[in-house]
Amino acid sequence: MSVLGPVIALLVLIVVGTALNSNFLSAANITNVLARSAFIGIIAVGMTFVITAGGLDLSVGSMAAFIAGLMILVMNAALPVLGIGIPIILLGMAVALLAGIAAGLLNGFLITTLGIEAFIVTLGSMGIYRSLVTWLADGGTLSLDFGLRTFYRPVYFGGLFGISWPIIVFALTVIVGEVMMSRARFGRHCAAIGSNESVAHYSNVNVNRTRLMTYAMLGMLVGVATIMYVPRLGSASASTGVLWELEAIAAVIIGGTILKGGFGRVWGTVIGVLILSMIDNILNLTDLVSPYLNGAIQGVIIILAVILQREAKAKG
Amino acid sequence: MNPPSVLALRQVTKSFGPVEVLHGVTLDLRAGAVLALIGENGAGKSTTMKILAGIEAPSSGQILLDGKEVSFGSLHDAEEAGIVMIHQEFNLAEQLTVEQNIFLGRELRKGWLLDKARMRRLTREYLARIDCHIDPDTPVAKLTNSDKQMVEIAKALSRDARVLVMDEPTAVLTGSETRILFEQVRALREQGTAILFTSHKLGEVAEIADTVTVLRDGTLVHDGPARDITEDEMATAMVGRDVSDLFPDKPAQAPEGEVLLRVEGLSVPGRAQDISFDLHRGEILGIAGLIGSGRTEAMEGLCGLRACSSTRIEIGGKPVSITRPGDALERGLCYLTEDRKLRGLLLDKGMRENLTLQALHKYGRVLIDTAAEERALDRAIGEFDIRAGSRTIAVGNLSGGNQQKLLLAKVMQSEPVILIVDEPTRGIDIGTKQQIYAFLRKLAAEGHGIVVISSEMQEVIGLSDRVMVMRSGRIAKTLSGDEITEDTIVRHAMGVGAGSTERVA
Repeated sequence: MSVLGPVIALLVLIVVGTALNSNFLSAANITNVLARSAFIGIIAVGMTFVITAGGLDLSVGSMAAFIAGLMILVMNAALPVLGIGIPIILLGMAVALLAGIAAGLLNGFLITTLGIEAFIVTLGSMGIYRSLVTWLADGGTLSLDFGLRTFYRPVYFGGLFGISWPIIVFALTVIVGEVMMSRARFGRHCAAIGSNESVAHYSNVNVNRTRLMTYAMLGMLVGVATIMYVPRLGSASASTGVLWELEAIAAVIIGGTILKGGFGRVWGTVIGVLILSMIDNILNLTDLVSPYLNGAIQGVIIILAVILQREAKAKG
Repeated sequence: MNPPSVLALRQVTKSFGPVEVLHGVTLDLRAGAVLALIGENGAGKSTTMKILAGIEAPSSGQILLDGKEVSFGSLHDAEEAGIVMIHQEFNLAEQLTVEQNIFLGRELRKGWLLDKARMRRLTREYLARIDCHIDPDTPVAKLTNSDKQMVEIAKALSRDARVLVMDEPTAVLTGSETRILFEQVRALREQGTAILFTSHKLGEVAEIADTVTVLRDGTLVHDGPARDITEDEMATAMVGRDVSDLFPDKPAQAPEGEVLLRVEGLSVPGRAQDISFDLHRGEILGIAGLIGSGRTEAMEGLCGLRACSSTRIEIGGKPVSITRPGDALERGLCYLTEDRKLRGLLLDKGMRENLTLQALHKYGRVLIDTAAEERALDRAIGEFDIRAGSRTIAVGNLSGGNQQKLLLAKVMQSEPVILIVDEPTRGIDIGTKQQIYAFLRKLAAEGHGIVVISSEMQEVIGLSDRVMVMRSGRIAKTLSGDEITEDTIVRHAMGVGAGSTERVA
């Protein structure tokens, strides 16, 4: 059950989607679903490690918004010096990655070295980043210079062999993440810490450093997701990335990672992300249920997933 | 003429999946009698107790309550019938106070509100009956293990139990606490309570039990009055072979060759001061002392597991500095924790993940070579005689003895030169003890240095070439040869001539 559950749910959704709308399985729609999944998906891969190691990060949505705002500001400011070209895009990407890593390290430092509850720290930083981006945008919208936006667009809309960049980056993240989780020492250490921190400490696992790394990695992946996201709209505002943390955490849990830590699987998280975006997609393609209820449906699904996890555990 | 049986099992079997773990067990708990259920880890004691207490249902056979067949749908049904079980792992809400715990689920009320005054008074009464002087307002989290045990017993008292089932109640108690517990057990017996308890301490069994029932591999192999069986016969019945030579032979002379480990002026703030000792190649050095005398803390400090300071530490003649567990392991110094469940093993993981966790770097720099791990597990299962139903079973489902063997195999993965083992046989059966003692002696004979911290007097005496006795965070005395006697150790552990009634635990 715990292995097959999410896969079966995904297959059922595909069947339902196809039955309701013949365009559901078209290449265009599938590309659309995958590309939209990519942002949450990339973040959710990082979240899988954080949760497996017994942590949590509620700040990813507002962190993404803040990084997007920062990236746009820096790129606009550098425009007179660098002009439109590859260098300024690389600068923006570097800013996003560094800001993400720094934000992740800050969360991780407060949680590990100072020993404050992850929930409290990231609830706090969630508020801080959301407020910062609103302030940077002065309550409105930060827009990338029009010329730059046109130049940057292909990072979201372009691709290789007809596969768009966000999907490629998502796929690479998943492959690296899955190997790290299931085959590498890092993944084993994360699971050990989440399973029992004392045992990990007594077994010579550097608990604080490993945990710090999970938050830094998640921060970096938020940066990567933002790099993909900015060219899509070319702007950032107070409403950017709202509820991304809910979707990312939901995807991780639906995929079978245990919320309390100790066990995680990256491929499960991918299934979780796909389930969430397909529901969204089906709601948009059909008029059975209002798309405005998408959030409610996601909420129900995450609660259901946890109930199913518990049932599976009770059966042993 | 036997008193009537209050609760009885008739030909009870229990299967988990295809595996039958209890084969037709029949036993009788009689009013006003103490039955000791003994057996090796994995013999089926826990399962038997759980069936009696309504936590597990039998696969076949009958449970008789006052001679009538019953089936308990739940723990609650059993409690209603007056059957109370005290678990080895306590069933207390850590954040609640002693009083709140004792009345949890059946709080006394006055109208709509809690009758706190009465609950307070009754709690004091129950605690006084077992001679336990803790404040009813203390949160349970702040209590020591032995006080928690006393709270569990007070809770059972408050429930007017007709049948009391106790799973190794003395495992975490000191000598004097055990005596208080036994007085209480005798008092309950006088009042007509039927009592079942398990213990690995056969001396206690002989002291308190009226009936001794022995389980081996899920089968009842002995059932009779306690006065008709000696401790040796109990051990033989449990293991199925003679275990009179529990301890391996010591070398005729204590090894005095090369010094493997030299510790000078080791201090752990608030726990241990100015600890200095040498450990020779081939030697087993015992550390005795009361619980709380700083033995564990000093050794954890030495191994980089907690903050400490020292004048000088030498390993193999070279000065070393150890601030993290990794520093100690790199130099061949390894510590095996006293608490296998909370600090030793990941109970929800399999044996493979546990075995290699501490030495994972040996199985690949970045990616782990799972096949090599499986081969290591094969070797460990063979070498340490680990008996598990399946290789992938969660370690939490193994018996205590097999968990301890796995833990030993795990620390041996780090290829230590110096091994510090803390309570290596706590709560495990005599057959496994014998295997672990033999293994430690073999390691020493191969040229390792071994430190054994133990609260079991027989173990310290039977195993050690020298014994270091600790008291209040300091070394009270180091004994060797004929000086190693229970009497000398106790006197130094207590402080010579001290009037305290506390016994060496």
